[in-house]
Amino acid sequence: MTALPAHSPLAVRGLSVTYGDKPAVEDVDATFPAAALSAIIGPNGAGKSTFLKACLGVVPRLSGEVAIFGQTFEDARARVAYVPQRASVDWDFPATVLDVVQMGQYRRAGLWGRLSGAARVQALACLDRVGMTDFAKRQIGQLSGGQQQRVFLARALAQEADLYLLDEPFAGVDAATERAIVEVLRSLRAAGKSVIAVHHDLATVAEYFDHVFLINVTRRAEGPVATAFTAETLHATYGGRLAPMGTGLRSQEAAE
Amino acid sequence: MTQFWDALTLQAGYNAALVALGAAMLGLAAGAAGSFVTLRKRALVSDATAHSSLPGIVLAFMLMVAMGGEGRALFGLLTGAALSGLTGLLVISWITRRTRLAEDAAMGAVLGTFFGLGIVLLTVVQNMRAGRQAGLEEFLLGATAGMLREDAILIALGGAMVLGVCWAMRRPMTLVAFDAPYAATLGYNTRAIDLLIMGLAMAVTVIGLKLVGLVLIVALLIIPPVAARFWTESAARMVWIAGGIGGAGAYLGAAISASAPNLPTGPIIVLVLTAGFTLSMLLAPARGTLWAALRHARMRRRLQRGA
Repeated sequence: MTALPAHSPLAVRGLSVTYGDKPAVEDVDATFPAAALSAIIGPNGAGKSTFLKACLGVVPRLSGEVAIFGQTFEDARARVAYVPQRASVDWDFPATVLDVVQMGQYRRAGLWGRLSGAARVQALACLDRVGMTDFAKRQIGQLSGGQQQRVFLARALAQEADLYLLDEPFAGVDAATERAIVEVLRSLRAAGKSVIAVHHDLATVAEYFDHVFLINVTRRAEGPVATAFTAETLHATYGGRLAPMGTGLRSQEAAE
Repeated sequence: MTQFWDALTLQAGYNAALVALGAAMLGLAAGAAGSFVTLRKRALVSDATAHSSLPGIVLAFMLMVAMGGEGRALFGLLTGAALSGLTGLLVISWITRRTRLAEDAAMGAVLGTFFGLGIVLLTVVQNMRAGRQAGLEEFLLGATAGMLREDAILIALGGAMVLGVCWAMRRPMTLVAFDAPYAATLGYNTRAIDLLIMGLAMAVTVIGLKLVGLVLIVALLIIPPVAARFWTESAARMVWIAGGIGGAGAYLGAAISASAPNLPTGPIIVLVLTAGFTLSMLLAPARGTLWAALRHARMRRRLQRGA
């Protein structure tokens, strides 16, 4: 096994996860580039979210190694921010938008430390970056899906991390939210941060991302969008003869 | 009525005053702890663990009698209750993790089995001479007649501990209740925090056994938080409002039951709390149904006029 590179924000060797007797992720290697926007792509049930959660220790891994900036996740935790799927929580929970964003500050505040006025100002600044300042006092149950997603992103921003892991940030959001999120991700890249997102809209991959990682239980392809996001790699990932619609790519068979 | 007033102002005698103060403390602790239980959606699990405590009570009694003791020592009985409830909780979580059974099926099976076993053991004990005098059946629905100063102190200390833990661990418990995977990435041990939330429910069950009994204790854990939810959009405030509703309701219920002979304390407290819940549901300004209906009607009139 080769040593895990320290320059990569997230490097994985031989990662496997099983649910029951079925492998969800099998013997996966991956090396994501720093200061770039990377997409994890694959069909439904291909283990994209599981891969992300296994890297974060949220689901137990059967085998494999994960390095965050060359360290174990436990050691590098403070440098990582996770944005779960919006649908994974109950939005009728009694909390305001600001409450949720400040959850990103709990770790820094310590168990009993007060969330200071400065922390509040920082949380409001994070809301401003996602265009949600006016909603700070709003109950989270009153938000639209896109607004909920922006609040989750603001919570991750409040952690002031170096690596951002997002699980389907564009799922079921409006066009305005999608643009707002892309803008934030680009500003993170400009500041030298790394972003890795589970993504399912093949039509926008080339426009939004620099690097792709294609997975269907096992790794299918990995690299810069220009070389790794092709009709062949998509075929290897999604199977079938169907050239995915709207990708601007045509499979060789169709071209013949 | 004068009797009720006396009870309310703690002048209906020493025992009634002990009961009222103990009940208030129990209600306060139950409302606060119950808030985390309901936010984590563990209401039914806490009911199952409460019912699972019965065999432990009876077995503790048998053990203490076998060792030549009197068998009624409250601390021993409560320890048995806690161990047995914890066993029920662990069996539920084991079944849910190791089989394809859903949690509600696991809870139903465990609740029924443990409670059934407890009733069988209770029947056996009641046929013994020592058992008849022990009054173990009072742990089912609670009783106030035999409330001692020590019992009230136990409730007060236990309740204060529960409140202290609720305050100290409010952030991790709120975070896990809202978004456990995210909490895990921040480095919180979510399994330990889940266990702590259930441990608080268990502690409330144990200190409330004497007064409310194990059958109805879940109502003290659940009704105040869901009533409090109507009044606030903040988890932190919900905890203290639920504590207030629980404490006031339990105090009032204890006073009512003291004002007439043979009124069972536990069930009356539950009915008072239910009244509090109904009022909250109807009258709370932002989330209450009456105000919502009024707003709806006003909006309809406006739209109709505009059309």
